[in-house]
Amino acid sequence: MAEIQNTLTSKDYKSDQEVRWCPGCGDHAIMNAIQRALPELDVKKEDFAFISGIGCSSRFPYYMNTYGFHSIHGRASAIASGVKVANPKLSVWQITGDGDAMAIGGNHFIHAIRRNIDVNIILFNNEIYGLTKGQYSPTSKFGAVTKTSPYGTVEHPFHPGELVIGAQGKFFARSIDSNLKLSQEIFIEAGKYHGASVVEVLQNCVIYNDKTHAALSDREHKEDRTIILKHGEPMIFGKDRDKGLILDAEHLKLKVVELGDKYTEKDLLVHNAKEKNPGIHLMLANMRYPDYPVAFGVIRSVEAQTYDQAVSKQVEEIKAKSSFKCVDDLLNSGTTWEV
Amino acid sequence: MGKKADTIEREEVVVRFSGDSGDGMQLTGTLFSDTSAFIGNDLSTFPDYPSEIRAPQGTIGGVSGFQVHVGQTAIKTPGDYADILVAMNPAALKATSKWVKEGGTIIIDEDSLDERGLKKAGYKTDDPIKEDKLDKYNIILAPISSLTKEALKDKGLDPKSILRSKNMFALGMVYWIFDRPLNYTEQFFEKKFKNKPLVIDANKTVLRAGYNYAETMEHMAPSYKVSPAKIEKGTYRNISGNIATAWGFIAAAEKAGLELFCGSYPITPATEILQELSVRKDLGVKSFQAEDEIAGICTSIGASFAGDLAVTTTSGPGLALKGEAIGLAVMTELPVVIVNVQRGGPSTGLPTKPEQSDLMQALYGRNGESPVVVIAASTPSNCFQYAFEAAKIALEHMTPVILLTDGFLANGSEPWRIPKMSDYPEIKAPIAKEGDKDWQPYARDDEKLARTWAIPGMKELEHRIGGLEKDELKGSVSHDPVNHQKMVNIREEKVQRVSKFIPELKVDGKESGKLLVVGWGGTYGHLATAVKDMQEKGADISLAHFNYIKPLPANVKEVFKNFDKIVVCENNMGQFADYLRMTNPEFTYLQYNKVQGLPFTTIELENHFEKLLEE
Repeated sequence: MAEIQNTLTSKDYKSDQEVRWCPGCGDHAIMNAIQRALPELDVKKEDFAFISGIGCSSRFPYYMNTYGFHSIHGRASAIASGVKVANPKLSVWQITGDGDAMAIGGNHFIHAIRRNIDVNIILFNNEIYGLTKGQYSPTSKFGAVTKTSPYGTVEHPFHPGELVIGAQGKFFARSIDSNLKLSQEIFIEAGKYHGASVVEVLQNCVIYNDKTHAALSDREHKEDRTIILKHGEPMIFGKDRDKGLILDAEHLKLKVVELGDKYTEKDLLVHNAKEKNPGIHLMLANMRYPDYPVAFGVIRSVEAQTYDQAVSKQVEEIKAKSSFKCVDDLLNSGTTWEV
Repeated sequence: MGKKADTIEREEVVVRFSGDSGDGMQLTGTLFSDTSAFIGNDLSTFPDYPSEIRAPQGTIGGVSGFQVHVGQTAIKTPGDYADILVAMNPAALKATSKWVKEGGTIIIDEDSLDERGLKKAGYKTDDPIKEDKLDKYNIILAPISSLTKEALKDKGLDPKSILRSKNMFALGMVYWIFDRPLNYTEQFFEKKFKNKPLVIDANKTVLRAGYNYAETMEHMAPSYKVSPAKIEKGTYRNISGNIATAWGFIAAAEKAGLELFCGSYPITPATEILQELSVRKDLGVKSFQAEDEIAGICTSIGASFAGDLAVTTTSGPGLALKGEAIGLAVMTELPVVIVNVQRGGPSTGLPTKPEQSDLMQALYGRNGESPVVVIAASTPSNCFQYAFEAAKIALEHMTPVILLTDGFLANGSEPWRIPKMSDYPEIKAPIAKEGDKDWQPYARDDEKLARTWAIPGMKELEHRIGGLEKDELKGSVSHDPVNHQKMVNIREEKVQRVSKFIPELKVDGKESGKLLVVGWGGTYGHLATAVKDMQEKGADISLAHFNYIKPLPANVKEVFKNFDKIVVCENNMGQFADYLRMTNPEFTYLQYNKVQGLPFTTIELENHFEKLLEE
């Protein structure tokens, strides 16, 4: 790994632009994690392209010393798809937020995933519209009080993982802004993965939705309220590593158990991110505090052919078989006559 | 072949095939057109079909027609009125008999004139000839269905397949009337139904049965002789506007040395461009059927950012959806071509009918000061030329270009003298040099004001672009008021400078006089035919037809000032006339407008022009 990039560091990926996110915003940490992840990937600096839509997080490309495109609201998935299909050699990253990807851009988001275009979609989820100053988003919790829901929302939020798996997603991971090391590891995994990889990063908006994820970042309790999944390892968590997950086969759902007399580590589920059947992955992605620990790490990572590979392959195969070598051949094909 | 009693020599003839939308009228018309082209006629076709795939059988709403105009002179329109109408059912008769010339011939499938069929078509009596006063036409009642059945009774086909070939009986009759050979159509059957000898045999049998029937009944139908056209020597093929558009882009990609990307969403009547480009993977085209219109253009903008020649195809409602993204391409100064095959609007409007009512949308239908180049094709075959031009301008001037065609050009076809790609110019996009330390994203060349194009993957040219206002050189975000004014001016000036690279406006006819007819886009054939007819009769009339809308050709004022009257003719309420009033306010513009989802007729144009000349 890192044959090409071994001389570059995270600093090389910082642009000369002043970073204008609010002090204390979770975006700073996420960007740090990405800038640390890039030198670990086997990709030349000029081959990275960062594409974003509109929103606080979408300012991201300006701060990166890579090719970048800050586009229009909701359309980053479509633009990133075009970039990747046009040049499959590029490492294409989409930076988006819960409003950009789940609301106005929902259609492009699900189709990019369904097609399995090799784009790394980093979804900053702060459960609020920040750039427009505090309206609820499609991921705001039911009942959230915001400027456009002064009496509480009456709509149920999207859970990005559920949507990704519903759209036949092959890669889904979750991190939280406060865990820079975990985020960096996940971004490296996403960057290496061939296909549409969605990383949901729980992000704090210090101004309009402060502490929305506080229960999960709380120093005292976070280890009891979250579980970091690792492929091939048992699903164990807790400050004292005394809790775990088993499959309640009778009710077909996950169950939190205390390790001790009744259950030992051997009874716990072993995480298999590569399992094609999305059943357990969906259950893991849908675990919510306080009933369950919230799952972090790579929840699903299944190999499959990517759209961009398939297009390139098809074009090459058909071109090889075709008798047309240039436009003149095409114009003179079929029925013609002399005058 | 029997000697024909009454052969009429004609310079040109219009034939219309009309039937239920399942009767195969489009194929019948196409086969007649192909045969006419092979024997050397010039021609122009116009398919006219309902937007429903299978509208209720036997009703007026389900009538599908195909009109073809063949001649021994240059043919520029599918013709106003038909010399011969083939009506396969009462609804076709009811809907189209008004489009037959007085004294023209109407061939009707007699078997279809039953009580049920007549009622469905809206006839109140059992005699449609009398009811619609069709006795001014030469009516031929031919038992097409029953003779088709009779011809195929021993072929072992099921009744449905037998009836489906009745269109070939009608085609056979028309071939006799025009003394056309059957072999081109027979070859078509052999190719199309390669491994189905039974189907080949059945079609050939019915075609010949129709031909022989007409010969036997020769006293009923006059026959026509239309000699080959005197047209420029060369190799010819038939081509429709949509195919020509697709091929024009492929040609441009070849000349630019770039790969072609088309992100699009299916929409009538533009879909064939996407379909054809999807087939053309054999020439390396990357087609992307997007999830919606917005994704169509956004994938194209992404592909353009990544260094492809990127196009997207649509029709009016889709152009509305693409508006915001076109603005992004304006701001990021990326080359992208947006084809709008116009149809009747507003809203869903008349999806299969042509109109020119998206001109203002193309020019101004975006937020902010958002100038783009707008050009329009004017014949089915020159869609190739203008698609090529659109791509050339987009790439060399680093700007989005909207190419306007319409349903009439898109579906219409005509013989096309096949060009050689060596006669076409190279396209030189201003691509940046890898490793160029002095490169700036928004530095531009003095002549065109085009910025240079640095493509992801190029070393040391990493940069950011986006929809926020740009610093005039670095391209970084700038909210500076003076910089914004400057950038607004530059973007407009960049588009206006294209006028230095396009041909001047030409005048068909004298360069000064009483009346100048002005048109743009798909109305060219009808306007040119009407103007030429009147010029031949000695009228003081000329035509100036526009293909370049924004910017306008540089010599517009020079052309306009030499005429007493200017009449702007459009299939809309006067959008181009208004645009001319704004850009060239010193002239008075009369208008002639028609918004019926139908092309002009040359007759109505001539009547109107005569009035203007008399005033």
